[in-house]
Order: sequence, then C-alpha cells, then structure tokens
Amino acid sequence: MKSQSRRDFFKMLGLGGATLLASSVPAMANEKKWVNDEALGMLYDATMCVGCKACMATCKRVNGDYGSLSYERASFDPDGLWDAPQDLSGSTRTLIKLCKESDSRWSYVKYSCMHCQKPSCVSVCPVSAMTKDKVTGVVDYNKDTCIGCRYCQVACSFTIPKFQWEKTLPQIVKCDLCKNTNLREKGITACAEVCPVGAITFGKRKDLLAIAHERLQDNPGRYIHHVYGEHELGGTNHLYLSALAFDKLGLPTLPDNAPAEFSEKIQHTIYKGFVAPVALYSALCFIALKNQKEQEKNGHKEDGE
Amino acid sequence: MAGHHDEFVRLEGKIFTKSFFVLLTLVIIGFYYIGVRYVKGIGAVSNMSDGYPWGIWIAYDVATGTAIACGGYAMAILIYIRNHWKFHPLIRSALLTSLFGYCLAGFSVMVDLGRYWNSYEFFMPARWQINSAMFEVALCVMAYSTVLIIEFLPAVLWSLENSRGETLRKVSAWLHPRLVPDEAKLASGLEWVRAAAAWLRPRLDKVLVFFIVLGITLPTMHQSSLGSLLLIAATKLNPLWHTGFLPLLFLINCIYIGYAIVIMESIISSYAFKREIEYNELAGLSRIIPWLTVIWLSVRVGDLAYRGQIGNALKLDFYSCFFLLEFCLVAGGSMILFNRRMRRSPRWLFVTATMIILGGALYRFNVYLIGFNPGQGWHYFPAFPEVMITAGVIALEILGYQVLVKVFPVLPNPNKHAASGHAQKPAGLPPGAVPQGK
Ligand code: SF4
Ligand code: SF4
Ligand code: SF4
Repeated sequence: MKSQSRRDFFKMLGLGGATLLASSVPAMANEKKWVNDEALGMLYDATMCVGCKACMATCKRVNGDYGSLSYERASFDPDGLWDAPQDLSGSTRTLIKLCKESDSRWSYVKYSCMHCQKPSCVSVCPVSAMTKDKVTGVVDYNKDTCIGCRYCQVACSFTIPKFQWEKTLPQIVKCDLCKNTNLREKGITACAEVCPVGAITFGKRKDLLAIAHERLQDNPGRYIHHVYGEHELGGTNHLYLSALAFDKLGLPTLPDNAPAEFSEKIQHTIYKGFVAPVALYSALCFIALKNQKEQEKNGHKEDGE
Repeated sequence: MAGHHDEFVRLEGKIFTKSFFVLLTLVIIGFYYIGVRYVKGIGAVSNMSDGYPWGIWIAYDVATGTAIACGGYAMAILIYIRNHWKFHPLIRSALLTSLFGYCLAGFSVMVDLGRYWNSYEFFMPARWQINSAMFEVALCVMAYSTVLIIEFLPAVLWSLENSRGETLRKVSAWLHPRLVPDEAKLASGLEWVRAAAAWLRPRLDKVLVFFIVLGITLPTMHQSSLGSLLLIAATKLNPLWHTGFLPLLFLINCIYIGYAIVIMESIISSYAFKREIEYNELAGLSRIIPWLTVIWLSVRVGDLAYRGQIGNALKLDFYSCFFLLEFCLVAGGSMILFNRRMRRSPRWLFVTATMIILGGALYRFNVYLIGFNPGQGWHYFPAFPEVMITAGVIALEILGYQVLVKVFPVLPNPNKHAASGHAQKPAGLPPGAVPQGK
C-alpha cells in the first residue's frame, strides 16, 4: 500500500466526514423564536384534582367515534362499559393516576400530550403525519398518511404517542386537543369542560402562564414553585402545577432545550440545499472516472504492497 | 468492468445441499410468523411496547444488517476511489451480500411498519419531511438497493448470454413433461435473450461507473443518517452514546465493518466451497481496518472526554459494561491487525474480523436498544417469534447467497489471479470451466 494512496483515501473519507464533523458541534444559541404564547393549551392543577376521572371518561366518549377507534373491550362486557386502563394506550388519550409519596402525602396526575412548542414527534415524522398547527399550536395526527414507523414514539420525551400493538390495522393514538370534536363544536377541550372542580383550565398559553404564576404567588406554601412545561424542552402548551415534585408524578426532569432543535441543526447542516451530497457525488465521479481510465490503459497493473 | 468478466467464475456444485434445507426450514418458520404478524398485528409476535417501539427488527435487520451489508460500499471506495484494482476480484461477492442485506433490510421494514399500506406516501413530494432523518434513510436505502441491482446486472447478463437453457428445460420437465418447450422455439427464444443481453452488457459497462459512484454516495448519506436517527432521543439515549457525532461514528463504523465482513466472507467461502484463500487481497484489506478503527475510537473517546462522560464509562454499571465490551472488541481486534504476521494467518484474520464485526455491531445495538431507556419501568427483550422472524431473514440471506454463487459468476476466478500475471483466458470461456474443488 502506498502512503500516497492512503492519503487519497483519507482525503476521500474527509469529504464525507468533514461535512458531518462541521455540523456535529451543536449550536444552541437560537433564541427560541418559535415560542408562540398565543397557542391553545391547558393548565392542570394537581392540587385541585379530586381524581374523579370524569375527564378520562368524557375524553373516550367524545373522541371515541372519531378516527375508527374502537376501544378495548373485556369479553364479559359486550357494551364496553367497563374500562380501567392502566396507562395511556392505543385506546386511551388521557389518564388520571394516583401518585403516593407516603400515606398522608399523595397527588393525582393527568397524563396526555404536552403539545410541545417544538415537538419532537413532528420533527421526526418522515411523511408529515404529525403536524403542528401554526395558529392554535395543536399537534395533530393524521392516520391516512402515517406509515406506522413509530419514530414519533422513539422521539417523544414523554412517551405520549401510543401504538395499537394488538390490532391488525393499527394506528398511533394521542391527544389532539379535541381538535376535530369538542374543540370544533364547543371551543373547549372535553376534559376541561367536564371537570367538576376546575382543575383543568383551557386557554391561550400566555393566559395560562399568567394564571399559574398568580396561583404560585398567592399560595406559595401550596405548590412547588415551578410551572412544569413553561420551559421544559423549549416550552409546552400543556402546563402543570403540583404540590409534589414533578418527577414523583411521572413527569420527567427535562432540559430547557428542544431535542428537535439539536437534531435538526445537524441534519440541516449536512443537507443544506443538498449541496454536500451533490458535491460528494461529483467529486467521487471525477476520481472514479480518472482511476478507471488509468486502469484501462494499464490493464490489471498490480498496485503492490 | 468491460471485458473483465472472466475475473469471476460461477461455482460448480449442487444447489440442494444439506445446509440448503436447514436454512430453508428457518426461512419457513420465519415466514410463518410473518404471516401471523400480518393477521394478528405486531403485538402478537413481538415484545415491542410503547416504551421500546423499535425492537430487534430495526436494531438488527436495519441498523446492524445494513452495516454488515456495507462490504460492497467499502470495496467500491477501495477500488474505484483509492484506485486499488487488485481488489476487484472480491467485489462481486461483496456486492451480492450487500444486495441481499439491503433488500432484506427493506423487507424487514415492511414487516415492521405498522401501516405499511401507506408507505407510498414516501413518493409524495407534498408529504416529504426533510427534517426527518428517517425520510432521508428511507429514500437513500431504496435508491441504493436499486443501484445495487444495477451493479449486479453484469453478472446476470453474462449468465444469460452464456446460458443454454438447460436449467429452464430441467425445471419445466420436472414440473410437467408437457411443459418442456420444443427445441426450435427454445432456441429462438434463447437467441433473442442472448442477443438482448449481449447488446445491453457493453452499454451498461460504459455507464456502470456512474452507478458505482452513486453506490458510494448513497451509503455515505444513509449510513450517517442511521446515526442521526437517534439524535432526537436526547432524553432517552444514555449519554455514553448520545452525541452530535452519531452520524460520523455510524459512517466510519459501517466502513470498517464492511472490510471486516469482506474478509470474513471470503475466508468462510474458501472453506465452505473449498477454494484457495485470497491471501494477498485479505492481508491488504486487513491493513486498512485498524486505521479506520483508530480514528473511530479517538472520536469516540475524545467526545466522551469532552462531554465529561469518562467517569460514567468506567463505572462498571450496566451501561458502562456494554460500552467497555464494545470498546474492547473493536480496540482488541485492531491491535492484533496492526501486527504484520497476524494479518497473514487466516485464523487470526478470521478471529479479528469477527471481533471487529461484533464490536461494531454491538455499538449499533447499544445505540438502538441497550443504551435506550425511555424510563417509567419499560423493559424490552425480544419474543421468540420476533427472533425467529429475524432468523428467517438472515437464513434467507445466506441461502440466497449460496444459490446465487452457483448460478451467476460471482466468486473470484482462482486460476486467473493466482497466476498473478493475469493471463487472459481464451474468450468464450464456458461457464464453470474452471471449477476449483467441488
Ligand atoms: S408530548 Fe410528545 S407527542 Fe405530544 S407534542 Fe410533545 S413530542 Fe409530540
Ligand atoms: S408512526 Fe406515523 S405519525 Fe409516527 S412518525 Fe411514523 S409515520 Fe409519523
Ligand atoms: S375531571 Fe377534573 S377532578 Fe376529575 S379527574 Fe379529571 S382533572 Fe381531576
């Protein structure tokens, strides 16, 4: 092996690598210009929730007939009256859980899509089946384009999108803020509408934030001094107030940067305007053609060790 | 390339061997479970869950399988870009494995996709989502599979040109005596096929280099993007593996796995088919690997140090053990390959190639499954049917390779380059005229 050709080789490796290398340095200085405080969202106050699960039942009733979702049925229950999901699933978009810290300290928590400001699920979906509405900020799913790759599940830090594993023709299920049902008909999500104690407030993000901070101000002893979702992953439209630490409620401790920002930056740098792949192809063509010509001239000359 | 088709030979021998039937059984079991999957849903055959939405079908068949199928890519770089034509005899068998690897990865994806009937959406520009690494991977892999087929075409055309229709006659006689085409019709039909193949082959040879270069560009893109796929999982992938360098690491990783696979494959087929080992070529190839792994390992360690993760890497907990195992396999294999004598011993070549492949593959498994933790008590271990589907796919790959090397001129012609003067064989060499061993 001639050192000459080894150098060629690294040169060539560099062609592919340099673009990647250059991009691999994350630049996170982006000033969150995508945060939209006019977007719709919900504020769930865990200290007010009484755990009646009216929101869960209503969610199923309201959204049940949309999108060919047929809910899990127990064999002894042909009418589908009995339903006690353990977790969010292919037939459950929202869930109330009881989290016990001790016998005297406990809290309910409501799970559903966080409607992130910079949603990972939208960023990764290869066929735009996950979309984010620019005005309302609703992250919606379209089963007619979804290919079922489940990349959105891998990407979501809250593990919110659920797949119907047991079905022959499955789909992804997640909260879409009642976009095609209650929100369209009554202008409010079903869970917020039905909650008997007002634990769920529905509204624009900026108003929700104002309410949340007001509550924190007025009852400093009642809450952990943090609005979960205000900054997490660049901000979410679903916000939480709680008396228990949020990670105790199953809400993960997360950084303020959106993972989608990080990954898109790298992907964009590599494929900006498709310049790098085209340049790589042309350069390689040039080298290969030259080599081939040389080779044909010389016949099978050995380039010896 | 043009006029060099006698560089390769068809392997003489029976197609229906014992291993053929063993593999066939595995394939049938695998396909049975694939049938179950399509009838009863993915949950019926796999242990995947909402926490681990990607199981071994993605982690092995796609992420690792395509790396193992990178032999064709790695060899094309070496031959056409680095101008080492002495390796050219190895390219066709490497291409064939790549072809199988990629086509079957594509097949596994269709098994894995929940809503496979919507996959035409990939061809709808309105749906394209360029932020998605998966979009890039999917298009590139489809394109590359096509390119691989084109690259392999010369071998098929050669066989068509030289065929005398015997197989066709035998198969139809076996199906039903009446199906045997009469001599005149067969002759004219064959004449036509032969003429078409003869017409196409030189034309294809002329433009082939553009496809070959495409076959270098596309894997460069999608192999790095296979790393980018997990960039988004910042909160789930263990920091030992989650880094902005994932694309670069995956790219280098697939190239050294590619060379190691070519070495391993050629040693195995030498033993299995009782052929001479291509010592010079293999020693030459094995020289390249440690250089690549050294770059890879430095990026890996440098990045860990930069992010302050060295402590975690040496903690000897679950994650650190898998990191160390991956690290030691790759580093150990490369150390041995730095030794000149070891590179000449088939046994050591085989051992080191295996270590490098295992280490490199483990890296990909670590990124896709082992280092992936969605939290909240999710667990994943593949179910039996899930494993059998993967095993069936692998068996199909080996089976196809075994059969195709006996149908098309794929393996290096031992007579031709053993006599390194490359004496030209008389033109019109009958197929399989130079069988070596059985
Ligand atoms: S919580 Fe998950 S599913 Fe919901 S918008 Fe955010 S990333 Fe998407
Ligand atoms: S499963 Fe469907 S919605 Fe989720 S990323 Fe794949 S195509 Fe998009
Ligand atoms: S309806 Fe209101 S009080 Fe009842 S469980 Fe839901 S959030 Fe809690």
